Amino acid sequence: MSETSTRVLDDLELYGVIYRQMLLIRGFEDLVQSLFLKGEVYGTTHLYSGQEAVATGVASLLEGRDRVAATYRGHGHALALGVDPQALLDEMLGRATGVNGGRAGSMNVTSPADRLIGSFGIVGGSIAAATGAALALKRTTGGIGVAYFGDGAMNQGYVFECLNFAQVLKLPLLLVCENNRYGEYTPFEAVTAGEIRGRPESMGVPAETVDGMSVWTVRAAAARAIAHVRAGNGPAFVEALTYRYVGHSRSDPGAYRPEGELAEWRARDPIVLLRTQLEDEGFAGSALAAVEQEVSDQLEQMRERGLAAPFPSGLTATEFKD
Amino acid sequence: MAPIAFRTAVRDALDEELAADERVIFFGEDVGLAGGVFATTTGLYEKYGAERVFDTPISELALAGAAFGSAVNGLRPVIEIMFGDFLTLAMDMLVNQASKYWFLTQEQISVPLVIRSVVGAGGRFGAIHSQMPASWFMGVPGLKIVAPSTPADAKALLKAAVRDDNPVLFFEHKRLYGLEGEANGEVGRLGEAAVLRDGSDVTLVTAMKGVHDALEAAERLEQDQISVEVIDLRTLRPIDTETVLASVRKTSRLVVVEEGPLTGGWGGEVLARITEQGLGYLDDAWRLATPNTPIPYSPPLEDAFLPGPEQIVSDIRRRLR
Repeated sequence: MSETSTRVLDDLELYGVIYRQMLLIRGFEDLVQSLFLKGEVYGTTHLYSGQEAVATGVASLLEGRDRVAATYRGHGHALALGVDPQALLDEMLGRATGVNGGRAGSMNVTSPADRLIGSFGIVGGSIAAATGAALALKRTTGGIGVAYFGDGAMNQGYVFECLNFAQVLKLPLLLVCENNRYGEYTPFEAVTAGEIRGRPESMGVPAETVDGMSVWTVRAAAARAIAHVRAGNGPAFVEALTYRYVGHSRSDPGAYRPEGELAEWRARDPIVLLRTQLEDEGFAGSALAAVEQEVSDQLEQMRERGLAAPFPSGLTATEFKD
Repeated sequence: MAPIAFRTAVRDALDEELAADERVIFFGEDVGLAGGVFATTTGLYEKYGAERVFDTPISELALAGAAFGSAVNGLRPVIEIMFGDFLTLAMDMLVNQASKYWFLTQEQISVPLVIRSVVGAGGRFGAIHSQMPASWFMGVPGLKIVAPSTPADAKALLKAAVRDDNPVLFFEHKRLYGLEGEANGEVGRLGEAAVLRDGSDVTLVTAMKGVHDALEAAERLEQDQISVEVIDLRTLRPIDTETVLASVRKTSRLVVVEEGPLTGGWGGEVLARITEQGLGYLDDAWRLATPNTPIPYSPPLEDAFLPGPEQIVSDIRRRLR
């Protein structure tokens, strides 16, 4: 670190924790992918690899009284909130020990005890759920509602309606748009008129577009947005420019991406970026290596435990609460 | 006890539930300052303030989302979707989220929300402000559908809906708003039908406006020595099969009168259940519903479209001949 450079990591210890979370998310997604290819994870999965800086950066600022609505690309959102990784993996594996007992699967993970209202399989649904959460929290805990959604959701009615709804009612709502450049298989520019940020701004909702590969940049922008929201000024919007390393879902090889694009983004891998920065600012390389080994061991143990976990036996659901 | 109008019963139920539980909030389009386009929520905004009773943008997606999100975070929201026809816009949150949350959380978190909505034909509102949306939601596990026919039931069942821990659709028939009757402060029970008239020849099952048509028809058929037992389902989901079955054991005939398209209606569900569980008792079973076309505007066309007392009388006469 040269004498003229300034530190960008505002809390070295915290970023050590974030580094571990990011590694866990990446490793978790790699594990899900490998188990999928072995036929142990069913249906479809939407992996978060490449986007780790967004979920971890935002979650690092959330409090116990806040509530979060995630997307169907939600494993990273869940892990960053502290959902038990083993229970999350077991859910993917359809086991009784899953976070939802195998009822939900990859796209619908729900864990209110971890502040996760749910993972929303309908594009834009997370925004509506978080809007409602904000309405309640304003009256109850004083916390904020947080919605993650992708660039694809920007063209859903939910965005327009809920932005306006939350702004006129001054609801404590943080909107986090993960612009990973593709809505399913289609580049977002091809199907999106104008700039994403212009939409919230047209309603007077403050919005920022930031580098979504750098976790400290995401965290700083989210901190500004959350300060606005917690102060009772209504919603705020963060657009994080990011990239998913894999296809939309398991059946998508991502052939529509121009040659070299993936490599360009990988050159700014959020985990590598943070590791470099941590070392630059004095975090011991040996400590980072130890974290890497621990996460690797944890994932291997999770894999073994998950595959040994029992499947649910018989559906015991009741239709209504008495 | 002085009789009150159906619309007043709705208002009073909301008033009492807002007073009884701080967690209850109520919002929708024009429900606050304006008091509702059908004057069903007069004075609630003034009494409870904008924190608990408020007007929203014309945004049914956001309304339903706000209801779901607040219901799973400690509140007990009641919302108004002005016309039942607009429920199509609110459907995603209701069908894909609210009705599945109890299941996904392994019976840990329920979704105590109520959607009130004005439904039904006969008001000359045309094809897209007159529908009966019940059957759109019959195939949605986890959802309750309440359909009262009297001021007493409107009040008692709306109070019960607000206190119910599950998502409830509460339908108010627009041609019943002026109907007067007594209504006390009791909390009703969802999922229970009422036998409104004893009979021995045929069991007539219906709901909402159909109940009044059925009672009038039964009166007339009495003069033909045809004795009709009239059952008001009151809750369309879950259906009170037991009450209908007990009646059919006695009468051996079942007719379901439904305001709504014949194909795919809740009447078919009633028939299916009774046929499955009571085939041995049945001599006859059929449905009287509306044609499989949209609802016409012109008064003579709309009147002919609906299964009123005349149609019910002639249909039962023909069938029992």
